Amino acid sequence: MSQMTPPDAIKEDSMEKQKQMISANFHELAQAPQQGRKVVSTFVPGNINELLMCFDMARNLPEINALQNGMRKKTGRMIMEAERSGHSEDVCTYVKADLGMMAQGNIGPTGETLPKPDLLLLSYTGCFTFMKWFELVREQYDCETSMLHIPYQGDGTINENMRDYVVKQLREEVIPTLERVSGVKFDIDRLREYMRESAKSEEDLVWVLQTAKNRPSPIDAYFGGVYYIGPIFTAFRGTEDASEYYRTLRSEIAERLEKGEGPITPDGEMKDEKYRLVVEGPPNWTSFREFWKMFYEEGAVVVASTYTKVGGVYDFGFRHDPDHPLESMADYCLGCYTNLNLPSRAEMLSNYVEDYQADGLLINSIKSCNSFSAGQLLLLREVEKRTGKPGAFIETDLVDPRYFSGANVKNRLESYFQMINQKRGGGFSEGVAA
Amino acid sequence: MKCFVGIDLGSTTTKALILDEEQQILGRGITNSRSNYDIAASVAKEEALVNTRINLVRQSLEPVSTLFENLEEFLSGLERTFRLEQFMEQLADLESVCHTNASGNRFASREKTIIADALRKIFHQLREEAPELFAPGASRKSDFFRDIAGSRYLAIGEASARELGLSFDLLLNVYDRSIIEVENHFGEGDARMMMLQALQRMLKVTPELESQKNIILEKVEQAYNIELEESYVVGTGYGRARLPFSKDHIRSEILCHGLGAHIMYPETRTVLDIGGQDTKAIQVDPSGIVSSFQMNDRCAAGCGRYLGYIADEMNVGLHELGPMAMKATRKVRINSTCTVFAGAELRDRLALGEEREDILAGLHRAIILRAMSLLSRSGGISDQFTFTGGVANNEAAVMALKGLIQENYGEVTVNIDPGSIYTGALGAATFAHRAMEEHA
Repeated sequence: MSQMTPPDAIKEDSMEKQKQMISANFHELAQAPQQGRKVVSTFVPGNINELLMCFDMARNLPEINALQNGMRKKTGRMIMEAERSGHSEDVCTYVKADLGMMAQGNIGPTGETLPKPDLLLLSYTGCFTFMKWFELVREQYDCETSMLHIPYQGDGTINENMRDYVVKQLREEVIPTLERVSGVKFDIDRLREYMRESAKSEEDLVWVLQTAKNRPSPIDAYFGGVYYIGPIFTAFRGTEDASEYYRTLRSEIAERLEKGEGPITPDGEMKDEKYRLVVEGPPNWTSFREFWKMFYEEGAVVVASTYTKVGGVYDFGFRHDPDHPLESMADYCLGCYTNLNLPSRAEMLSNYVEDYQADGLLINSIKSCNSFSAGQLLLLREVEKRTGKPGAFIETDLVDPRYFSGANVKNRLESYFQMINQKRGGGFSEGVAA
Repeated sequence: MKCFVGIDLGSTTTKALILDEEQQILGRGITNSRSNYDIAASVAKEEALVNTRINLVRQSLEPVSTLFENLEEFLSGLERTFRLEQFMEQLADLESVCHTNASGNRFASREKTIIADALRKIFHQLREEAPELFAPGASRKSDFFRDIAGSRYLAIGEASARELGLSFDLLLNVYDRSIIEVENHFGEGDARMMMLQALQRMLKVTPELESQKNIILEKVEQAYNIELEESYVVGTGYGRARLPFSKDHIRSEILCHGLGAHIMYPETRTVLDIGGQDTKAIQVDPSGIVSSFQMNDRCAAGCGRYLGYIADEMNVGLHELGPMAMKATRKVRINSTCTVFAGAELRDRLALGEEREDILAGLHRAIILRAMSLLSRSGGISDQFTFTGGVANNEAAVMALKGLIQENYGEVTVNIDPGSIYTGALGAATFAHRAMEEHA
C-alpha cells in the first residue's frame, strides 16, 4: 500500500504516471472543501474505493499519509508530538504519525493541507487498532463514522452467511450513510463500471507479480512491489488512470522479462540474482532505501510478498465482478491477506516458497504492530517445516525511525544469506558475499 | 607450515585463532577491541602468533622433556617471563611516546618539565610493580596491556599530579594519545627476540639446565624457524566490515559460532552465545550448518556489557562478578535487564539492605532469562547444548543457565569449553580452511 516518490534512478513511464496520480490526489483532497466535495477517510485493507467513488467523495487514506511522511523522514517529529499528547511508545506508529501530523496542522506529505474528513469509514475490522485510531480522529473532528464489520476467516473459508452479512451491512448501513453524507444518490450501474475497471487492473497486477516466477525475476515483488500496488490499494482502484498505469507497467515488465533483465533498484538493474526470498510483513519506510540496499547489494531479490496482498489478494483468481457488485465487494473485504487465519497464511507462504522457487521465508516483524506480529514466529516454523527451506526473522518498524537498527538488521540479513548458501552446500568459491 | 586464521571482532574483545592443515589449533590470541578495530585485529593476530610459537616450542621440547623436571612448569614460567619482557618492552615504548607527545608546542615550557617529571615517576613505579604482576600465581584484573598499564597509570598519575600541582587531565590526555600508537608497534620479529631473552632469563634462574642450555636453545630456535604461511584469513563479528579483507574473507558470526561450536562438540544442536553486545541463539544441524537463529533485537539488555556495567557500578573487575555471585545465600528476583536501570536497581536493593552477593546472583539470572527467551524463539534447546562467548566464563551465569535449562528442558548435556570465547574465531578459521580446500 504505497504511493511513494519513486527513487531518482527509476524513470519508467509507469513511475511517472503514478507520481502524477499521487500528487493529483493530494491536491484534490486539499481542494475538496472549496469545491464542495465531501471527504472520506478510510483504510487500505478492505477499502471499498469503487463504492466511495459512486458518491463523488475524495478519499483520504491515513496509513498512506503516514508512510508517505515516513519516506520523507517527517514521522519522527510527528510521533514525538503524539507522544507528548499522551500516546505511549508501544502504540502503532502509523496512528501516532497521523495524530502528530494533525497536531502539527494536518499538512500532508506533499505540503498541502489535508481537509477535515466528513466521514470516517471503517471498512475493515481485522485490525483492532484501526477502530481506536478512528475513535481518536472522531474525537478531534466530531465527524460521522460508519463501520463495516468484516468477519474473520477463522476457519479459513468465506461462507454464504459471511458474504450475506457484509452485503446486508453495505445495503442497510454503509450505502445509506454515504448517500446522506455526500448528498449523492447511489447508482449501482456506476459501481459496475468502476468494478469493470478494477478487474482490468487486477488482471495486469497479477500478471506483473507472477513474472517473479522467472529466473532471473524481472521484478522485486516487495521493494518494487510496494510501488506496483500503490494505485490499486488506494484511491485509484476502479479508475481509468489505474487501468492505464497497470497497462503501462505490464508492458514495461514484459520488456524486461523478454530481455532477461533483473529488477530495477535505486542503483540500477540488479544483475546477479543470488537469493530468492518470500517476505512477510511491511517494509520499514523511514529507512526504505537503506533497507532495500541490504538486499540488492547481496544479490537478493524478493519473489513474492504477502504485504503486497494486504489491500487485496488477487493471485488466486478473485476479481471484482461487475455482475455481482456488492457480493464481490464483500468477497474482496473478506479475502484480504490480513483477514486470513494463521493456517491459511502458512499455506499461502509455503506455496509461494514452492511456486516462486524461493530459497526461504524472511519475516520482517513490526515492533509496534500488535495485531499482525502475533503468530509470525509460528508461521516461520511452519513454513520451514513444510518447505524444508530456512527462514529468518528480523524486526523493524513502520514509520518510527528510532526502531530501525541498521547494523542489527544488516547483520541478521547477511547471516541469513550465508545460511542459505551454506544449506545449498556452497562455500566461498561461489562468491557469496558476507 | 600452512596456517588458517580466524579473527572474531567482538564489541568487547577481539579474538584470533590459527589452525594448521590438519585443523589442529596452533594458537589463540585475544585483545580488547577498543575503538580501533584494525589495531584490535592485528594485535589479536600477533597474540595468536605468539601463542602458536609457544605451542611450537612445546612440541619442539617434548622429545627432550626428560631434560626438565617438569616441562609444563618450565613452559609456563617461560611464558610468564616472556609476558613480562613484552610488558616491559611496551612500557618503555609507551614511556618514550608519552614523552614525545608531552614535548609538543601544545604545552608551556614549565608545564613540559613538570609533565616529564610526572611521567618519569609514573613509569618508574610501573616498572617496579611489573615483576609482581607476572609472578607465579599472580592475579591480574585483565591481561591486556592497555588495561594493566592504563589503570596503574591513572592511579599513580592522579597522585603525582596532585603532588606536582599539575592538572590530571593533561596527563590523561598524553596517555590517550600515546596508547594507540604503542599498541600498534608490536610485531612478530620483536616477539622472537623477546622470547629468546625470556629463555635466557629462565635458564639463568634454573641452574640445573645450564648443561643442556645449547640443546634447549637449539630446540626453541627450531620452533621459531618454522615458517608460518598465512594461507587464508576469515574475519567475523560486528567489526568485520572494517577488516581490510575482501568480502570473500568475511563471514557472519552466527555461522562462525555455529560451526565453531560444532567443531568443539560435534553433537551440538543448540548454541547460545552471549557476547558483549549481542546474544545469539543458534540451532545447528549434524554437520554444523545453521538451521535457525535468533538475536536480541530492541536493545542489548541482557548481554555481556550489562555485567561490565554492573562491575563498573560496583567498582570491581568484570571477572570478579561471577565468584561474588556464587557466594549468594538467598534468591533475589530481578526482572529488569535494562542496563541503564541496572545501576538504579542495584543501589535500590543495597539500600533495602540486600547483600550484594545475592543481588549479583539475581542480576546474573536476569540476563539468562533473556537468553532463555531467545533460545525458545529460535526453536528451543536440543541435546547437546553448547554455551559460548565471554559470559560462558562466568560461573554464576552458567549456574543460572543450567538451572533454567533443567527446569524448562530437563536433562540436557551442557558443553562449555574453557576456550569458549574463541568459538567464533574457531568457526572463522575453519571456514578459512574450507575455503582453501575449495580453491585447491
